[in-house]
Amino acid sequence: MNKLSASAKVYLTIVFIVLYAPIFYLIFYSFNSGGSMNHFESFTLEHYQAVFEDSRLLVILINTVIVALLSALISTIIGTLGAIGIVTVKDSKMRNTLLSLNNVLIVSPDVIIGASFLILFTMVGIKLGFASVLLAHVAFSVPIVVLMVLPKLLEMNNSLIDAALDLGATKKDVMMRVILPYIQPGIFAGFFLALTYSLDDFAVTFFVTGNGFSTLSVEIYSMARAGISLTVNAISGLVFFVTVLVVVGYYFMTSRTSKRMEGHR
Amino acid sequence: MKSLIQATIAILVVSALLFYAADTLSAGGGKGGKNTLTIFNWGEYIDPDLLKAFEKETGIHVIYETFDSNEAMMTKIQQGGTAYDIAVPSEYMIEKMKEENLLIPLDKTKLPNLKNIDPYFLDLPFDDNNHYSIPYFWGTVGIVYNPSLVGDLDFTSWEDLWDPSLKRKVFLVDGAREVIGMGLNSLGYSLNSLDDNELREATNKLITLAPNVKAIIGDEITPLMINNEATVALTWSGQAADMMFENEELDFAVPEEGSNLWFDNMVIPKTSKNIDGAHAFINFMLSADAGARNADYVGYSTPNIAAMDLMDEEVVTDERYYPSEEQRDTLEVYKNLGPDYLGKYNELFLEFKMSIR
Amino acid sequence: MQTKTSKSALFPYVLWIAFFVIAPIALVVYYSLLDLHGNFTLDNYKAFFSSVYLKMTLSSFWYAFLITFFTLLISYPTAYFLTKTKHKQLWLLLIIIPSWINLLLKTYAFIGIFGLYGPINAFIEVFGFDPKQMLFTDISFVFVSVYIFIPFMILPIFNSLDRLNPTLIYAARDLGASAFTTFRRVVLPLTMDGVKSGIQVVFIPALSLFMITRLIAGNRVITLGTAIEQQFLVTQNWGMGSTIAVFLILFMVIIMLITGQKDKGGRVR
Repeated sequence: MNKLSASAKVYLTIVFIVLYAPIFYLIFYSFNSGGSMNHFESFTLEHYQAVFEDSRLLVILINTVIVALLSALISTIIGTLGAIGIVTVKDSKMRNTLLSLNNVLIVSPDVIIGASFLILFTMVGIKLGFASVLLAHVAFSVPIVVLMVLPKLLEMNNSLIDAALDLGATKKDVMMRVILPYIQPGIFAGFFLALTYSLDDFAVTFFVTGNGFSTLSVEIYSMARAGISLTVNAISGLVFFVTVLVVVGYYFMTSRTSKRMEGHR
Repeated sequence: MKSLIQATIAILVVSALLFYAADTLSAGGGKGGKNTLTIFNWGEYIDPDLLKAFEKETGIHVIYETFDSNEAMMTKIQQGGTAYDIAVPSEYMIEKMKEENLLIPLDKTKLPNLKNIDPYFLDLPFDDNNHYSIPYFWGTVGIVYNPSLVGDLDFTSWEDLWDPSLKRKVFLVDGAREVIGMGLNSLGYSLNSLDDNELREATNKLITLAPNVKAIIGDEITPLMINNEATVALTWSGQAADMMFENEELDFAVPEEGSNLWFDNMVIPKTSKNIDGAHAFINFMLSADAGARNADYVGYSTPNIAAMDLMDEEVVTDERYYPSEEQRDTLEVYKNLGPDYLGKYNELFLEFKMSIR
Repeated sequence: MQTKTSKSALFPYVLWIAFFVIAPIALVVYYSLLDLHGNFTLDNYKAFFSSVYLKMTLSSFWYAFLITFFTLLISYPTAYFLTKTKHKQLWLLLIIIPSWINLLLKTYAFIGIFGLYGPINAFIEVFGFDPKQMLFTDISFVFVSVYIFIPFMILPIFNSLDRLNPTLIYAARDLGASAFTTFRRVVLPLTMDGVKSGIQVVFIPALSLFMITRLIAGNRVITLGTAIEQQFLVTQNWGMGSTIAVFLILFMVIIMLITGQKDKGGRVR
């Protein structure tokens, strides 16, 4: 393995500092006893206490996470299958058409997606709430998954598949043992960016939600007029720490077990 | 492949657990009977304790949803899909919703607390005889400024915004009605003008303001003013109140040429499935006690006289929040311009925006 | 050979396209043909060719270009260095995590950070410079936009670099190629698919950025996305809003045709 040069380390450090700066800024002010992100008065935990007392906000947070996880999972499945399908299309015109259609939702502003989904859902008679929000999130996350999986599929070497087939593998084997493992990084990339899309979305969710179902983004945006409360900072801080813990913990857990397995071999 | 399956199972398990958690949490909130009331309001625009008090008093379970613009709210009510029982639109939107038959007339016999509302705020042009709406909060549009940074300007006139000392220091709200209206007012015209020449003149005048404009933004002006980063901003009185609460140096003025008087109002949209409950809620909010608590929490001006008696004397006598009747007479309420002129206002506003460079 | 399984894989995807892409496009095209009173007209299309909208289109493209350029400039080396770290998958995840915190909140944080009394100006003052208002400038707008898009660019590039066979690089170096030549002739061409994918997921959405144009650029930058937003949510002129959207979709198709894979043919046959 190549060692990173000192300058590369500095570069990466700067990138990480910039990426995390606004988040630490938010978390810093979540301990502010003053009511806003302006002057830091004194240290307090009252905003964190407020999070746990506000069961409505907690339900909204949980809803947000459920929608994000499930929509990312479903859109990853649809998108991966779609990408695999797209590369089998040999006609380049047809393929470009599919890809253009794929990207329509990426280029369409959220209000348009939201408004047209709302019209669509009410026309079809889907009850507004969890199901409609989940459907909408799946819908706008599919294209990003396709775009993440596609380059991996394209760079895949044909001889791999041919070799597998020559060795008597069935088509299913090829799919499960050759194609999917190879494009796995693309699948994970798609999943994580689908999570990002879902967690960030405000406008689409606003239009297609109803009957009391809400997500964190909708809450935060509609707070803007009267001032965003620091409870939201606190909740974001908590989410952030839990996420980092889960990710780091999961990473080391899986890498240890895989090492152990390698050792057994 | 194995890690893909593992990840899928992990996600499904976590989601199931979260479902369970959300279910127990919302059951703890007392989601017993079928008697529910769905309220559609701006975010952070009500004291949440009042909702709890209302639930306790009536046994009605409240579902609270929020929106961030009148137009988005109207689209949702138009499409249906959720049984909103209460909504809180601004006055110009009420005219529009009336036209589209989106509102249910109020039954005044169920609203005895209506007597608490200042008669000055009843029977206004956007809703004769309060057929459909009851005022919730009200306010003006004016200039919030930092006296220590503007010399001797006091913004009793809109002309002060054009002062050369304010080069690149003026912040405007991102609203066509407010900005074009300000241009019209500064020339002595009505901010509901439907006269093409007046509108042209106002836009040309605004374009001469361009060198002074730092930015056209929305709610984000609040932290900037509080931090003394912005010097002068055109904004709503309610937001100005928020800013002055945090930064006592700031001051707010409504220029004498006239400005806008705005109202947010409670209405019962046609989607309602609990009309009695909706009336009960409106009546509850009209009580002196609830009105005072809500105004304290939100910080906007209440139309509820009985509530004002319960509030801090210093606040309710402050003419910046509660202008005298004489001052109020120079103010105009927005009228619904109709789609053509609303489009025209927006076009002119866009032209003005493009001139800022 | 594989056609059958692969074609059936396409089924849910095609269903998705039919319901969530074709149907909305049909709606958008339909609305774009309506005037404010619901009559059929082509006026919206005429209006689009007025100087205001053409100017906006140009400025949208210009900013989308700038944003994509700087995002790529920062992301490529980041992705490259990341592939060389010890726990690269973990570091990669740590790049994505910030994007899971609500964007509006982060934007407010940026307003504070860039502010006159924010940490950056405090830092500048240490070196004896005067504090400067950094908000509401082109630079702050591009900066925050790049910030938003960085993970979207890094992921595909990282994935294409990660599987790059190191022996190829050694071979090139052995044959006397300089580091730069190796990069230009070996590494870059082999990661081109990842870069293209990154450009697509940055440039296309950057055309329709909105919120940031107001919060960070104070409406000094106006994009097509902002215009659509206004037409839908302020003027309630869905016709004009849809017309602009139709053009955005057209622009996207053109971009796809330009950056699209030249007929390399599918590998999974």
